[in-house]
This record gives sequence, C-alpha cells and structure tokens, in this order.
Amino acid sequence: MTIALVRRPGLARIRSDRSWLHLLCLGFLGLVVVLALFAPWLSPHDPNAVDLGNALAGPSGAHPLGVDGSGRDTASRLITGARTSLLGPLGVVVFSTVAGVVVGVAAGWRGGWLDSVLSRSTELVFAFPGLLLALLIVSIYGEGLIAPVVALGVAYLPYVSRLTRSLVLAERSRPYVEAYRVQGHSGLQICLRHVLPNIAPVVLAQSTINFGYALIDLAGLSFLGLGVPALTPDWGRMVFDGESAIQSGYPLCAILPCVAIVLTVVAFNVVGERWADQVARRDR
Amino acid sequence: MTDTPAGTPAADAATPETPNPETPTLEIQGLRLNLPGAARPVLAGVDLTVAARETVALVGESGSGKSLTSRSVLRLLPPGAATEGAVRVQGEDVLTMNAKQLRRLRTHTAAMIFQDPRAAINPLRRIGDFLTESLRLNADLPAAEATERAVRMLDAVGLGDRVLGQYPGQLSGGMLQRVVIAAALMGDPALILADEPTTALDVTTQAEVVGLLGDLRDQFGTALLFVTHDLGLAAAISDRVYVMYAGRIAETGPAEALFQRPRHPYTAALLRSTPHLDAPAGRLAAIEGRPPSLREELTGCPFAARCAFATQQCREELPPHLPVRGESSRLVACHHSEKLADQLAGSVTHD
Amino acid sequence: MTETVLTGTVLTDTVLEVSGLHRSFGAVQAVHDVSFSLARGGSLGIVGESGSGKTTTARIVVGLEHADTGEVRLLGRDRSGPVGRGRRPRLERAREVQMVFQDPFLSLDPRTSVHGVLRETLRLHFPERRADHERRIAELLEQVGLGAREAGALPRQLSGGQRQRVAIARALAVEPAVLVLDEAVAALDVSVQAQILNLLADIRTETGIGYLFITHDLGVVRCVTEDVVVMRHGRIVEAGPTAQVLDDPQHPYTRLLLDSVPRPGWDPKGIAAARRALL
Repeated sequence: MTIALVRRPGLARIRSDRSWLHLLCLGFLGLVVVLALFAPWLSPHDPNAVDLGNALAGPSGAHPLGVDGSGRDTASRLITGARTSLLGPLGVVVFSTVAGVVVGVAAGWRGGWLDSVLSRSTELVFAFPGLLLALLIVSIYGEGLIAPVVALGVAYLPYVSRLTRSLVLAERSRPYVEAYRVQGHSGLQICLRHVLPNIAPVVLAQSTINFGYALIDLAGLSFLGLGVPALTPDWGRMVFDGESAIQSGYPLCAILPCVAIVLTVVAFNVVGERWADQVARRDR
Repeated sequence: MTDTPAGTPAADAATPETPNPETPTLEIQGLRLNLPGAARPVLAGVDLTVAARETVALVGESGSGKSLTSRSVLRLLPPGAATEGAVRVQGEDVLTMNAKQLRRLRTHTAAMIFQDPRAAINPLRRIGDFLTESLRLNADLPAAEATERAVRMLDAVGLGDRVLGQYPGQLSGGMLQRVVIAAALMGDPALILADEPTTALDVTTQAEVVGLLGDLRDQFGTALLFVTHDLGLAAAISDRVYVMYAGRIAETGPAEALFQRPRHPYTAALLRSTPHLDAPAGRLAAIEGRPPSLREELTGCPFAARCAFATQQCREELPPHLPVRGESSRLVACHHSEKLADQLAGSVTHD
Repeated sequence: MTETVLTGTVLTDTVLEVSGLHRSFGAVQAVHDVSFSLARGGSLGIVGESGSGKTTTARIVVGLEHADTGEVRLLGRDRSGPVGRGRRPRLERAREVQMVFQDPFLSLDPRTSVHGVLRETLRLHFPERRADHERRIAELLEQVGLGAREAGALPRQLSGGQRQRVAIARALAVEPAVLVLDEAVAALDVSVQAQILNLLADIRTETGIGYLFITHDLGVVRCVTEDVVVMRHGRIVEAGPTAQVLDDPQHPYTRLLLDSVPRPGWDPKGIAAARRALL
C-alpha cells in the first residue's frame, strides 16, 4: 500500500514502532473518555462554582490542582472540559468521514466528469485554511459548538475524500473487482460489499489522526473565544481564561489544559498511525 | 582454501586475487537456515558447488528454498534468519564477513540478476546512472572510467551506448533484463546468481537472454547459478542440476543424465507432471498434495507424504545423500533409489 | 446440478463466435480482425506473447472491454456492445461466460471466505433456490477438490493452487456455457499446475462447458485444447487443430514459438536470430 495518510509536519515524526508507547496512548485515551463520560460523578466540585475569595490558590487538599482566577476548581473543570473537548472533534470527524467517504467513493468509482467536479471542489476547500473558514462561519452564526464543528467538518472533508478516492482507484483496478463484475454483480453492490470494507481501516486510521487535529483546531477557536459559550468548561477556553493567571505568576490553571490537549492529540496520532501501519502490513 | 586472510584491505579491489584453481567459485556446505515462526528449518543442510565457468541450475517449486539459497550467497537474508554451515565464494565465507568485505563481495565478486527487471531498476534514474552507481560509490572509480566500462558491458549484452541516457520506461522487458545483466557484469564478477531471470519474459525473449548468458560465460569465464522452476530450461542450459524440495537437495547430477534417468521419485514426478510439447494431449500425471508448509515439522523424507513409492522407512528416516552406483558425479537422497532406478527412468520417456 | 443449464434459446453447436474483432488503444492496434469460434464443450487455446492481444480478446469476450468493431456472439446472441444496464442483462451475460484470472492472489476479495464467495454468487444468480445453496456449495467445493476445512478459510490462508480452485468453483457456480481461462495456471508451481489442468479436464468432461484458454505456454495448449489460435501483434497468424498446428506449423512465427520452448539441445542463438529476422 503506497497511500500515505495526511499528517502535519511536527507530528509526523512521532513513530509508534514500540508497542508500549501505543499501549500507553491507548490507555491514556481510554482514561480521557472515561473521565468525559462520567464527568458529573467524577469531578470533586462544581466546575462553575465561583469562589473569588480563594482565587488563584495553589494545590491544596480540597483543590488538588489548584483553582483559577475566579476560584473555580481546575481539576473539575479539566474533567468536565473533556466532554466538550472530545464531543466537538467527534462531530468534526463523523461529519468529515461520512461526507468524505461518499464524495471519495463517488469520485473514484464513477470517474469521468463527476470525478473532475468533486476533485476540483474539494481542492477549492483545501485551498481555504480550515481555521479561517471556521472563523467566517462562527462570525456569521455566532457562538456555539455547532457552527465551528460544521465548519471544520467541511474543512477536513478533502483529507478524507482525497484519501478515499485514491484508495478506491487502487482497489477498483484489482482483479477481484473485475471478477465480481464478470459474475454479474452491480457496481454499487461491489462497492458497498467489497470495496468499502477493504478500504475502511485506512480511512478510519486517517479519521483517528484527524480527531487529534480537530481537537487542536477547536481548542484554538475556543482560545480565541469563538468556540464554546463562555461558561462551558473546555480545555481551549481554560487556556484563554488562564492567560491572566499566568501573568500573575500562577500558571497551573492554564498549563494543565495545554498539557491535556497536547497529550490527547499525540495519543490519537500514535494510535491512528499504528493502526494504519498494521493495515499496511496485513495487506502485504 | 585460498591464502586470503579475512580483513585484507580492499584497496586492490579492482584486481581480484586469483584463487587457487581447485577452489570452486561457490561452495555451500551444510547450510541450514532457520526463520522465526517456522516449525522446520527453511534450509535443512544444503550442499552445493559451482566451479569456475560452470553453469549450474537450481530447480525447485516455490517454498523449496531455492531462492533463499541463492540469496544467502550475497547474505541477502530475511530479518531474524539464523544460519549454520558455510557459504564460501572463492574460498571466503560469506556468512562471517564484515560489512566492508560484504560490500566488496557484492560489488566485485558476485552479482545477482532478479526475476523482474522493472522492479530492480529505479524508474526515475537514467540507465547510465544505474549501471555506474555501484562502481562509483563502492569502488571509487572515476565517473569517466565507470561510463567507459558501462559502454563496454552494454556492448557485450548487445545494446548500444544510446541506452545510457534513456529511462527504464523507454525500454522493453527483454532490453531491461539485458541492462540488468550488464549491471551485474560491471564489477567483473566471478559468479552470477540468476534468480528466475527469464520468468517475467516472453518465450522468444527468454531464448535471447539465455543465449546471452551463455555467451558471457564463454567471454568472461563467469560461473553461473541459475535458479528456476522450469525443468526444460534447466535441462537446456546447465552443466549440472540440483533439484530442491522442502529445503533439501533431493538429487544432483549432470543435466542430461538427471533428466533422462531421474533417480529421485520427486524429480521423476516433476518431469511427468510438466505439460510437454511432445507429449500426447490428455491428463497429466500430477503429484498429489502440495509441498509441506513451513508450519509443519518434518520427519523422514520430506517427499514421503506425496511419494507413490514411500514406505515406513521413508516416513521415519531422513534419507542421506548417497552417490548413484556407476555415476560418481550424481547424488540422490532416496532410500529406494537403487530399487526404483528402472521404474523412474521408464516413467519419463515420452517416445 | 452439474449439467449445464442452457435455457433452450439456442440449439446450434457453437457457443462462442467471434468475428472481425477490432480494438485499438490510442495508436496501438491491440486486436486486429480476430475471428474464431468455440464449439459446445470444446476447448480453444489462444497463444501469444505479451502484447499479442490475447488478453484484450478475452476481456472483450467476457465484457470487461468493448470492441471497436466486430461481433461477439454467445449462444447465438449478439454480445458485442457493452453489458446492458440493469440486473437481468448482467446476470444473463454472466451465465453465458465466466472467467478465471491469472493471479489467484489478487482475484479473490481478501476479506471474504471461500464459503462466502460461493454463497454470494449463488444468492445473486439463484435466489429462488436458496434452500439448496448449502448443498450446492458443498458440491462445488467437492468438484474442485476442496474440503470443508477450506470452506471457512480466508484467501490468505490458502495456497495458490487452492485459491485457483476457489476461483474455478466461483465461476462454475454461475453454470456458464463458456469459461475463459486467462493464464489461469501460469502463476502456479509445476506440480500444482498439473493438478489444476487435470481438474479442468475433468470438469469439461463432466459438465460439457467450453473453454477459451488464454496462455503463452505451448505445453499447456497441447495438453488441454483441441483447437488453437496463434496471435501476434493483435492478429491471428495461424489457426487450426492443436495437434496439426504444433506438429506441422505453417507460419514462421508459430515455428519460432515452438523452437523457443527450452529443451535439451536447445539453440537459443538460432532462436534469437530467427526472432530478429521476423521483426
């Protein structure tokens, strides 16, 4: 398999040759998901409970990770923030994967004018930075999670559709597809029953990697104050809120969400990459 | 043995030391090769020699270990391979060479021709670069001299120097295989290993390439180990033949004698199952079953399970390689070779 | 059952008739004025080297390519155009002609088990006989010499010969009148190749299916065909009964092909010279 996944330069170098790293990342992702799922029961305090008298206090028995500039418990906000921080990218990935696969399969299988139209239009989206697109849409539709998720979903669509198209093209030229044709199966049947399951692992690996990138981008938007509404706990938003705390010399409430973002993104990258490697190895 | 101690500086690489005339160009002794995950050795004690100027065919089906045997001569082994025994090229053991000696071996002493010439050449480089690369990098030959040699070698394989500036995509399969042969000759090797060099070619082109290899042997005195699955081809071109099955040599001897009077049931069965141009139409005498997989352990003769003549002894005892009575140059690994001699010989004559 | 199911549209003895076939790709004339016919239950070989147009001819016959001009008649029906849209014409065409491809490693979906491959085909072609499918699968597997153990296996768990048997079973499941075998034994080992050739011979005797055997190997042609067509550069250079063509070749190219088969006392240089003379 010579088809390469799209990765950003900095993360391309993190290789997952060692299985312990992969296991570690998988474990970390599992932990984050569990935290997000059970956040209301796991967070020690109300993440939005303001206690101005206790603002910017360091770690203590009651607040193991300290509190932020408004006296809100950092640990609780991290745990509850995992929800929006994961839900957003999930929306982006589901949207871009489903739409991207449809576009990519249609372009790759049918070819001809449909391919030209679809390929040109995805290139058009490619030429437009995703974050910029998101800023545009958010500025039109206002605050909220839906607008940036849809915007990033559209921005990520070309990555998936281009990959899918090249995979379908490669798969379509394989003799087994011709064998099914000679057997009398329709193109749609062959596509759904045989081509899609064969390309699915690679596409899903790309989507896993995309998840990490979407998380960064959404966090970036929240940091700019454009993503989630002001009071919702969110990692990107926490970094934004913690800015002034850093200036006051209390960096913990801003650094911790940064660490959470970076670790999650790296973990998604490692897991997705390893998945793709395994698919490639099995195909040989 | 040669008088070349291991670790001789490679400075005199351009003039390879003349070996003792009695030293075979290639001598494989008791080569065993184990791979991780395999239940039995992939090569289970292979003995093989190729003398100077000799053409030797190594015949076998896929999985017999024939390709691994030829690749082990350049120590091109799969990861995790554990070897025992010795593979000596002009008296030097390849398996214990250091990196520098190995590089010299691959550049100057032994060269390999692979099955698919298109896969062996970088499609984005000109033929000239492909031919001279190895000498320029490994022997520090000035570019002009390397090119001069490339022109001579292309001439030897029947191609003009026009090819130097062309890209692989511009040449046909047969021409490309000739380029690969020219590349193999660049280092003036004593031994050429050809791994199914004509399988990817058309029959008429095959004749041309094989004729060329014969010419080159006469002209340069190169020894040739020809790995193939094609019995007819092996019979047509080689002085001696080794028939391999499941990592062991089943039978060896002069080509003509071996194909006229096979002494191993496997050789005879293989000859009979080949669709023959002169044979009458109709059913072939196929060998039932298939070669043992690497996941199965083997006891006794590896061919016993498919052999029509197998007895209890065959299933229990590994047959040793014994000389054929009256033919000192032949060895066969079959318990019943003497008894079956007439039966086996009779089964392969078509007329 | 294994008897051919040929709904009584045709009663002629010719199952496949190709006449005046032309096909070019850009400036290259891949197939030029090719005509031949295959009798019911017969076996016709098309021999040639790469670029002879033999594979393109086969692909036109099964409907994977279309001809520029010329006619392909299967069971008396004109099949020169592209395979019609819709389910019925597709299935009809499939029941006229099936194909076994060269590379058994690529012609099976890596994710579908042997049993799954056959069930899929039967469901497509014989949905009304659903209750009978399991029995038919077992019968097909037995016909190609595979057991219950192989039925559950994925292609990668099988050897090359076993995969080719699966491909043959898949083609037979449709119960076609003609089976096109495109270098179907070329990728197999000698001992396995003989098994498959014998199997194919048995199946033809049992079912009365016709073979169009595309190959470069004259030994294979001798072994399994009754008639042969020799192609070169897209044209037929010689045609006739196999024994006659191989024993007494008329065209110099056929002679060259025959001389090129390696054997003891072979003269590669003479062949090379003859080849250059022909160019």
